[in-house]
Amino acid sequence: MSFLTISALRKSFGANTVVKEFDLGVQKGEFISLLGPSGCGKTTVLRMVAGFETPSAGRIHIDGQDVTALRPNQRNIGMVFQAYALFPNLSVAENVAFGLRAARVPKPQIAARVAEMLELIGLPDLGGRYPFQLSGGQQQRIALARALAVQPRVLLLDEPLSALDAKIRVSLRTEIREIQRRLGITTIFVTHDQEEALSMSDRVVVMNGGIAEQVGAPFEIYNQPATRFVAGFVGTLNTLQATVADAQTGTLSLDGQHVRLGRALKVPAGSAVSVALRPEAVRLGRAEGLDVVLKARIDEVNFLGSVIRIRADMGVGKVSLDTFNRADAPPPPVGSEAEVSFAARDAIVLDH
Amino acid sequence: MTRRFPILPTLIVLAGAAYFLVPLYAAFQFSLQMKRGELSFEAYRSVFESSTFLSTLTFSTVASAAAIFFGAVLVVPTAYWVRLKLPKLRPVVEFLSLLPLIIPPVVLVFGHIRLFGSNSILPLTMSSWGTNILLVIGYVVLSMPYMFRAVDNGMASIDIATLTEAAESLGASRLRTIIDVIFPNVRSAIVSGAFLTFSISLGEFVLASLLNRPAFGPYMVQLGQDYAYQPAALAIMSFALTWILMALMQMAATRKPGQRLFRPSRSLAASKSQ
Repeated sequence: MSFLTISALRKSFGANTVVKEFDLGVQKGEFISLLGPSGCGKTTVLRMVAGFETPSAGRIHIDGQDVTALRPNQRNIGMVFQAYALFPNLSVAENVAFGLRAARVPKPQIAARVAEMLELIGLPDLGGRYPFQLSGGQQQRIALARALAVQPRVLLLDEPLSALDAKIRVSLRTEIREIQRRLGITTIFVTHDQEEALSMSDRVVVMNGGIAEQVGAPFEIYNQPATRFVAGFVGTLNTLQATVADAQTGTLSLDGQHVRLGRALKVPAGSAVSVALRPEAVRLGRAEGLDVVLKARIDEVNFLGSVIRIRADMGVGKVSLDTFNRADAPPPPVGSEAEVSFAARDAIVLDH
Repeated sequence: MTRRFPILPTLIVLAGAAYFLVPLYAAFQFSLQMKRGELSFEAYRSVFESSTFLSTLTFSTVASAAAIFFGAVLVVPTAYWVRLKLPKLRPVVEFLSLLPLIIPPVVLVFGHIRLFGSNSILPLTMSSWGTNILLVIGYVVLSMPYMFRAVDNGMASIDIATLTEAAESLGASRLRTIIDVIFPNVRSAIVSGAFLTFSISLGEFVLASLLNRPAFGPYMVQLGQDYAYQPAALAIMSFALTWILMALMQMAATRKPGQRLFRPSRSLAASKSQ
């Protein structure tokens, strides 16, 4: 039995249905990300779990209790907002103490808990400061401490890193995950940043158009995308056009070559399919183990430092591929002809 | 590189300043000339000595304070609720709050007198406390454009919706949210609204005069008809009062959280805590 269960959740604003038949079970202590483009309904799902929106249909259970009809202040959840939402009139310590005061916790216990929380987020000396005196990263850590102080059953994070600059974003990512692991708190994290979702989560829910397209571990989502949308949204994807030569043996015809995938296909022979390849699966030139070799023209070379990103046109589709920089091997000139190779088993066949 | 001294702008500023300062100075000087052949504060002394001055000033101060209180109690929850739940209605409410600037006070007060006159169900004008209530209500209405605007702007500068949600997710009730989060964060806005209300209603003439209340406005007008030097003294004093209020408003508006309006001395803070 899951700790947090969302079943057949639906939300409509007038004629516009934002969330359709959304189901999700979250284990105790699990870190789950809702990942999707803006308008996919991820924030609405989170806000319904928090109680800020009332579902049009469906139920939400936390720890066996049906919370669907409860007001936000009765749910015992912790929420961190994109815009920090610290109370500007209260000091850092008073902000962290807010939930405890609302719960009428005795004063000495509040003080101890506040100190413990500030210690946890690594800002033990900032209790007397006010939010306007803090940097964005500090404010968001205080917001996290404030949400955690009341020992919520579930921690909800609504794009908490989006307002921060790149460096802080990456370091806070690690820090949040660390704290979450240490406390073992069940967490739902909403983001449109696939890198955040993949790097932080136990499981990722990829959402599109109000439904969950795929739920799985980051490794699974990235390497075995279930739908075309997931494949395209998570990571960079190269698509090539191919036709099925033999469905039984999993053989495709790609630019006149037979490519054996080694697994059976569900589509009949002769039908057109898209073959997707991750940039890291494609190599410039030939290499051992890469059994498919195609001719290509170099369209674009982007030197990024340690990595060189090359776009090549293979006739059956354009691919983007990454090579590591090597001082003794300059990148190929734009417009030159080259060979591009990949392993047939790395190809992902997308259903039409 | 030295910049050239901006001659023309300086001249314009000086001319503008003279437009205000010369009459002010003239009034001030005139107010000092009550005693023939010498400069003295005789006119001021004479004003302060009058018991009517003190009683009308007290009356108007109390009436203004009441108007501030009821205005804030009416406007803060309204502005909060409109911003939070009925954002589409905001232009309508804003327009309503501006009506007192369009409709002259004399219309308002005649409306009051007709509605609450001797032959109405609620004959408020028949007793002095009833008329006082009408006066305060009138002041609340007159100050509405300033109060609503100040509070609404105050709420616009903080993210009311998210702060409310943050408080609720932490287990706070609606009332606690309003008292602990919303009110303190718009306090400086309320204070500036309050000072504006005060400066409008303290010297207000039309309402007070037509409702026949012993207020400061009618007293000033009366004094102007009867005496020569005292009205000038009174004018200077009310200017000074307005400026003090403006300064206080500025301080309240620019105050940072956790900072006191005045830094209390250590001994004062200590004696207070005892």
